Amino acid sequence: MINYVISFSRYVVIEALHTRLLVMSAILLGMGMGLVTFLGSITITETAATQSSFLAAFLRIIAVYTMSLWVITSVAREFHERSIDLWLSFPVTRGAFVVGKLLGFGIVAVMMAVFYGSILGWNAPWWQVIIWTSSLICELWIITNLSLFCVLTFQHAIPSFSIVLGFYILARSIDALQSIVHSPLNSGIGLMAQITLGAVELLATLLPHFDRFTRTEWLIYNTGTVMDLLHIIGQTAVYVTLLTAMSLFDFYRKNL
Amino acid sequence: MKQRTLNLVPKPVKWLLAGSLLLQIFVYLQLPAKPTLILELPLPPSYEQLRLFTLGDSVVAAKLGILWLQSFDQQQGRVLSYHALDYGILRQWLELLLELDPHSHYPLLLASQVYVSVGTPEKVRKMLDFVYDAYLKYPDQRWPWLLQATVLAKHRIKDLPLSLKYAQALSKGGSNVPIWAQEMQVFILEEMGELEQMRIVIGGMLANGQLTDPNEIKFLNERLKALEQLSP
Repeated sequence: MINYVISFSRYVVIEALHTRLLVMSAILLGMGMGLVTFLGSITITETAATQSSFLAAFLRIIAVYTMSLWVITSVAREFHERSIDLWLSFPVTRGAFVVGKLLGFGIVAVMMAVFYGSILGWNAPWWQVIIWTSSLICELWIITNLSLFCVLTFQHAIPSFSIVLGFYILARSIDALQSIVHSPLNSGIGLMAQITLGAVELLATLLPHFDRFTRTEWLIYNTGTVMDLLHIIGQTAVYVTLLTAMSLFDFYRKNL
Repeated sequence: MKQRTLNLVPKPVKWLLAGSLLLQIFVYLQLPAKPTLILELPLPPSYEQLRLFTLGDSVVAAKLGILWLQSFDQQQGRVLSYHALDYGILRQWLELLLELDPHSHYPLLLASQVYVSVGTPEKVRKMLDFVYDAYLKYPDQRWPWLLQATVLAKHRIKDLPLSLKYAQALSKGGSNVPIWAQEMQVFILEEMGELEQMRIVIGGMLANGQLTDPNEIKFLNERLKALEQLSP
């Protein structure tokens, strides 16, 4: 089985190179650099901090967007071209297919995060860049796992990407949403208020809190610690396991 | 992937492409000019709303907000006078942006160097009070801005009691506030003619061992002697 896993992951990496994913990442990086150069020209003070914060936020969003869309379109194409049926006609388990794909996507995510992280080193302490990059790798692993789960379930790009996008926005803003529903101005005791509060609390329990991942302030104020990273790694291990189990559960039940 | 030669594209398609491009340029040139409506500074959103807008990244929210606020006085190619800005709302914006990114000095710089250029003392006072309140939260990091506010209160709006209030806050500040900054109140008291109070402050500084530089001790001792000679 291990040979199949390695083969699937190898082909994912080759596909990333052939579809020019990394070239696209470099072009997007160039756009980001252009944006921060412009912003740097209109700041009065803290120019380097402003540039770093915008570039880091831009690269983070771009990495998530690119990886998610790439995973979804890659697997959706396999469904449409029926190559999944071909793979499964070989003596290969569905588990090997899912794990092999995840491993390949994970390697591509590491390549992308290291590429973007190394650019931020020009203006931030290296130790903080390492923490930021490691955190981005964790964030991308969760997103690639979720993207694979969605596309295995829906088989089409639009519903899959919509769910990933919704998940990401909620996971990034769940702390802010919690604070809003708990603020004194919203402390109604009506049924709707209780339902809203319960729904937000449920989401907060189920979602990874991405606003604590890959934080911009680490790069500009040198505030990232090993403990921050350990918490993120722990959360990622739990969530990646959960999403992999969901993908396997769904894929084994799928009638292909 | 190698592409086929341009000759294989039908002529109507080429004309359509060129024509539609020209049409787009024509449409742009025909766009009506924007109405010259000058916007008033709106009330700031809440801390959580702004965080939500930037997906939980409060530092990016602060940086975006500060650049927007800084360029608010430039609307549609016109530079608005700071007189047109509501300084009460401006202060609320600055407080929010500082709360989002407490490590940043940008809002303090805007308050103490940019927005104080308005001619109205009342508006300047609002900015200086913002700096004073911010200083009280983190004196060790923000004392240079209060020092700036002290000088502005003394020289720009000639409000010596206000300047003294800031200087006294500096003297009670954190461990990072240098001695020369803590001595500011002595000179303000002298200018106010409060010689007795000035004598008490210098005496206190000499007595509690705050000063270590022999030249500084000598200078203040001389000031103290001069004050005693002036006393009836």
